[in-house]
Amino acid sequence: MDITRIIIVAVGGQGNLLASHLVGEAALAGGIPVQISEIHGMSQRGGIVESSLVLGDANSSIISEGEADILIGFEPSETLRDIGKCNKDSLVISNTAPLPPFTVAVGMGVYPSVDGSMKLIGSRVKKLIAFDATKLAREAGSVLALNMVMMGALARTGLLPLSEKLLKQAIIDKTKKAFLEMNLKAFELGYAAGAKAFNGVK
Amino acid sequence: MNKLLLDSPGEQLLLLGNEAIVRGAIEAGVVVATCYPGTPSSEIGDSFFQMQRESGVYFEYSTNEQIAMEVAGAAALAGVRAICSMKHVGLNVAADFLMSIAYEGVKGGFVIVSADDPSLFSSQNEQDNRYYGKLSGLPILEPSSVAEAKEMTKDAFALSEELQEPVILRTTTRINHATGPVILGAIGAKKTAGEFPKDPSRYTMVPSTSMKLHKILLSNYEKAAVKSDDSPYNIISGNGKWGIVTSGVSYNYVIDAVKDLAIESKVGILRIGFSHPLPDGIIKKFLSQKEKVLVVEELEPYLEEGLKVKAQEAANTVQIRGKGDGLFSRAYEFDPRMVRSVIASYFGIKHKDKKPVVTTDLPAIPQRPPNLCPGCPHRATYAAVRKAYGDEPIYANDIGCYTLGMLPPLRMADITVCMGASIGLGAGFAKVTGRKVVSFIGDSTFFHAGIPGLINAVHNDHNITVVIMDNGTTSMTGFQPDPGTDMNNIGFKNPRVPIEDMVKGIGVKHVAVVNPFKYRKMVEQVKEAVEFNGVSVIISRAICPLYQNTFNKQPRRTFFVDHNLCKNHRDCLNTLACPAFYLDKEQVEIDESLCIGCTLCAQICPENAIRPRKIGG
Repeated sequence: MDITRIIIVAVGGQGNLLASHLVGEAALAGGIPVQISEIHGMSQRGGIVESSLVLGDANSSIISEGEADILIGFEPSETLRDIGKCNKDSLVISNTAPLPPFTVAVGMGVYPSVDGSMKLIGSRVKKLIAFDATKLAREAGSVLALNMVMMGALARTGLLPLSEKLLKQAIIDKTKKAFLEMNLKAFELGYAAGAKAFNGVK
Repeated sequence: MNKLLLDSPGEQLLLLGNEAIVRGAIEAGVVVATCYPGTPSSEIGDSFFQMQRESGVYFEYSTNEQIAMEVAGAAALAGVRAICSMKHVGLNVAADFLMSIAYEGVKGGFVIVSADDPSLFSSQNEQDNRYYGKLSGLPILEPSSVAEAKEMTKDAFALSEELQEPVILRTTTRINHATGPVILGAIGAKKTAGEFPKDPSRYTMVPSTSMKLHKILLSNYEKAAVKSDDSPYNIISGNGKWGIVTSGVSYNYVIDAVKDLAIESKVGILRIGFSHPLPDGIIKKFLSQKEKVLVVEELEPYLEEGLKVKAQEAANTVQIRGKGDGLFSRAYEFDPRMVRSVIASYFGIKHKDKKPVVTTDLPAIPQRPPNLCPGCPHRATYAAVRKAYGDEPIYANDIGCYTLGMLPPLRMADITVCMGASIGLGAGFAKVTGRKVVSFIGDSTFFHAGIPGLINAVHNDHNITVVIMDNGTTSMTGFQPDPGTDMNNIGFKNPRVPIEDMVKGIGVKHVAVVNPFKYRKMVEQVKEAVEFNGVSVIISRAICPLYQNTFNKQPRRTFFVDHNLCKNHRDCLNTLACPAFYLDKEQVEIDESLCIGCTLCAQICPENAIRPRKIGG
């Protein structure tokens, strides 16, 4: 079985861990071997939360530099920061809505241009799907649905050894009933955005 | 029902490593579980806490790791199965008890989980706790996967009962915080009632008793060595002339690397899962069949040294390498690519890795360090102390969320070492420098290891101010209660231990309980305390707002910057750096989705330009 290595990087509070666990549940339901690794503990303190998902016949649950098949960034500067995990054949899915860290406000850094960052990423990997996922999450009902938007876009790539149906079923089974409608709507919006970007020129 | 209690053998669940450990204990019929929380071990205790009303397992967050081990150890001495869990440095705190419970031995299975943290994701050091096996003489099991963590935990109880010794389950962050499929086994029956027949000549460790007990430990050690040699957790795969010996998560990287390099037929892999005592027969036989051996283990050369001793005993001169130039480092965790690359170079295999995209010419990306949250009372405490004294005092800090106050502009942690050290360090600095010293310590850390330091400061008449930052919970590790927590808020009746009564009881003459969000008053209270000659204590009390949200979410009045009044002094930004601030066209703005209305910035603004919104307005 082919191995698919996915990194999800986000800022604490963006729902990264739930997204990686939902993909994991879908893999389990689909009979695909899955290993997930995550660094949390600072997630509620505005730090970076990174998770890695390895689908297929591999033992390792973490992903080295240059070895991610797919990088999903919930925040554009974090996508850029993690780009060393990719190689020229990688696919990158990135939100384009910035969440500048407080270091920018106190003058300890300058937030990079989002357009410039995306152009740079796009020029170095096989494919970049970049769109304002925060806007779509808000359209679905809340910025908290950002993770579902990103999952939708991931589903659309067709690069997962998993069907869209399994992913949706994981959302139905494992997310809170009160948010289900919003979550599914966000997933659909992400799926459609992914399709649009996917059909367009890189 | 909690998923970890499902009585459905054969069902497959996706579990966090820490949850798998808990499930293993449940399957083994554990009766008592204790812990002091610490990353990456915390979810073990948290899972027991969440299920305690339905599990029939007694659980407590103990005041520190040694007490956790004592409570659980007593249960095991009385014949019931017990588990206690801690982060790697927690085992240092419990080491005194560990070293001697090893002499005592146990009757009921006793599993001690030590969660090590290679790469220091959330720790002050990356010590390798496998050496505690050597130091104490106790057996160590080391899982390589989430599924194996469950099986080993379960088997560790049986092993402990068989050897009549505690067993250490040593994990690392990449097991504790990995998630993988686990197949549930049957839930074992519990022996809930313990018995402790009086026999002081057996259990009271005066020298005459301990002399006998040491012999018992050594004889149990011999039995453990036999068990290790027979253990199904020491696995050999492949029979090539090259040998790789490995343990823990590194095993996964080795398996993947050998496959990627297509050298399966040339290599034999020995995965050591029972890593103390080392399996003598297996190792000697493995080494005798190899031309060259590489040891792949994170952190210290524990296996490597052990193998070299075994080789010497067998007069085997095979080359054994692990740590060193061009090989592996003793620092930081491994990753698949690094392991593949060292294996390839050691055995002379040509290989080509995928090239990472070039990153040397990327625009500078601003750092995103974790930060005190909007509305965090620690920020308010720090702002008041800094307002009163600036950089003049030495600020000795401690372990918790508040350590994040080291960052500018607060810069309130000149030194932080380990749990509770702020007070003893402060006393020493005050003595030799003659400078003002303020020690900062959180409520949970104060209960854990701060109290003896405070007693010492009083008794030896040190001139320091101790600020106990009481936010009512152990926030950094996920809001576990501590003895000062009001348990009514979360539906429990445990009595609260009031910090101020304790501090006064110790004999501190200047004690002030302050609200850090009354900024001007707090600044005066800080000055009074610091100017006091001798030990003074400020209890800065305000509940952690994130914690409060978990049981009582209140609508909050947010604040905004009124640009008719703002003269752009930026005192708010430059002294507080609350994450809710941002700059828009060189003007400070407040992100009202982050602001929780703590009012601190409004109190600091010289123009009163930070104004409240009406609730719901």
